[in-house]
Amino acid sequence: MPSRLKEALDSGNFVVTSEVAPPKGTNLDTFVHHIDLLKDKVDGLNVTDHQSSVMRYPSLGGCLLINEHGGEPILQMTCRDRNRMGLEADLLLASSRGINNVLCLTGDSVPVGDHKEAAGVFDLDSVQLLRTVRLLESGLDLGGNQLDGPVEFCAGAIVTPEAHPLEPQLFKFEKKVDAGAEFFQTQAIYDLDNFANFMDFARQYPVRILAGIVLLSSAKMAQYMNNNVPGIFVPQPLIDELAKAVAGDAPKGAGLAKGIEIAGRMIREIRDNALCDGVHIMAIGKEEVVPQILAAAGFEALEPALE
Amino acid sequence: MKTITKQKSLDEIERQLAGLDRVFIVGCGTCTTVTKTGGIDQVLEMKERLEQMDKWVSGWTVIPTACDEVTQADVKEYGQTIKDAGCVLAMTCALGVHRLNLYVDRPVMPALDTMFIGVEETPGRFREACGQCGHCVLGETAGVCPVVSCHKGLMNGPCGGTNYGKCEVDKEMDCAWALIHERLQAQGRLPLMRMYQPPRNHQVVPRPRATRIS
Repeated sequence: MPSRLKEALDSGNFVVTSEVAPPKGTNLDTFVHHIDLLKDKVDGLNVTDHQSSVMRYPSLGGCLLINEHGGEPILQMTCRDRNRMGLEADLLLASSRGINNVLCLTGDSVPVGDHKEAAGVFDLDSVQLLRTVRLLESGLDLGGNQLDGPVEFCAGAIVTPEAHPLEPQLFKFEKKVDAGAEFFQTQAIYDLDNFANFMDFARQYPVRILAGIVLLSSAKMAQYMNNNVPGIFVPQPLIDELAKAVAGDAPKGAGLAKGIEIAGRMIREIRDNALCDGVHIMAIGKEEVVPQILAAAGFEALEPALE
Repeated sequence: MKTITKQKSLDEIERQLAGLDRVFIVGCGTCTTVTKTGGIDQVLEMKERLEQMDKWVSGWTVIPTACDEVTQADVKEYGQTIKDAGCVLAMTCALGVHRLNLYVDRPVMPALDTMFIGVEETPGRFREACGQCGHCVLGETAGVCPVVSCHKGLMNGPCGGTNYGKCEVDKEMDCAWALIHERLQAQGRLPLMRMYQPPRNHQVVPRPRATRIS
């Protein structure tokens, strides 16, 4: 079965992906609700892999659920928790069960998470993992042995266009392209002029770029990200805009509403100016409002979903 | 180059010494003296602590270099005092513990945890320089080891956690790949940043590691 994400990426249409985070535990109600809410509104849904190194229900399990519900899963796969045998085996499982998209990531470091004494594996890195995907597709594993049965993936990676310094990241971007990445989802971007500069570089390569859109819910959150999240830079005018939205007797939720408006506005600007090939929307705990972001971005096809 | 050690908690030391009331303490005049974990001052302080735990310290010594074979002669000199003790408490690195175990017929208990082998970058600041991985890539990484200097041991460039040349795990710590990039640039060898490094061989010498030099 071919990847529907791949078809969307090849179609030349503006591609929209988003992501859902599995729960800590086996209660999948909210997770499934988010899948049902988003599956028909996007071209693919990432399932995070123990994001921020916090142990959760696995990405593979989440992707299987998306398939069961008729969505298009994108398997996030980090190198932190499995050695090369574990990663290869999980890729075989994914491919055999109709999970056709994989996003190859390094993974956050162990100490930032909730299992602080765990071994950080990193037997492979993200570039090596991408090459492993392509190797498995060629019918061989990393041990040099033949595989029985086909493996096929639409493989993606990430890049941080706002990293300081940027050049080492761009070298790695090139390595990921060489390793077989077909698409990139970027770390959150907020300064579209900077992003346009990055795209001048990225356009040289035969890959699709989906701009990372992280929903801002308040000025405080924006400032927190500026101070604490590497490679994220929210310009001051956006922070001021968020702060102003909740000034005086603004109604409850005015900050979030402004964040939705900003995200929608950015997506529209990216699409109208054909800055890149699509967007990847990360609502981080507020998946509920992703349809509103899409509406704010002017995706008319989504109107029926707005109740 | 020094072996970097850290003293165990007194609780853990007491647990190791359960049922052993007579203790002989050995310090080391080399690494643990420099790191102030097993020099004369720390040995005397440990003696006091042990006495507060109602242990009897039969004697103590600070061996010039505990991991060295000369340790045999030092131990011989204290033969009876060590025999009088039920055990030896080693304020040496683990190499010293191993060495002492060759010459002492009493249990040897480590008072310290051995952290890493470090080079002194600035006075008092030690950094791990080599993890003895068995496959050296320093020639292609401008002399900065990605295996031990990158928190994740990444071989093909920085992760997304790097920020202004620092590591996501510790903002005081340099990002190895920022350093590699900087130094390759200074050497006019920046294209090496594009060079693909295949997965590392973790079984160059399978553990337990040993070899024979012929």
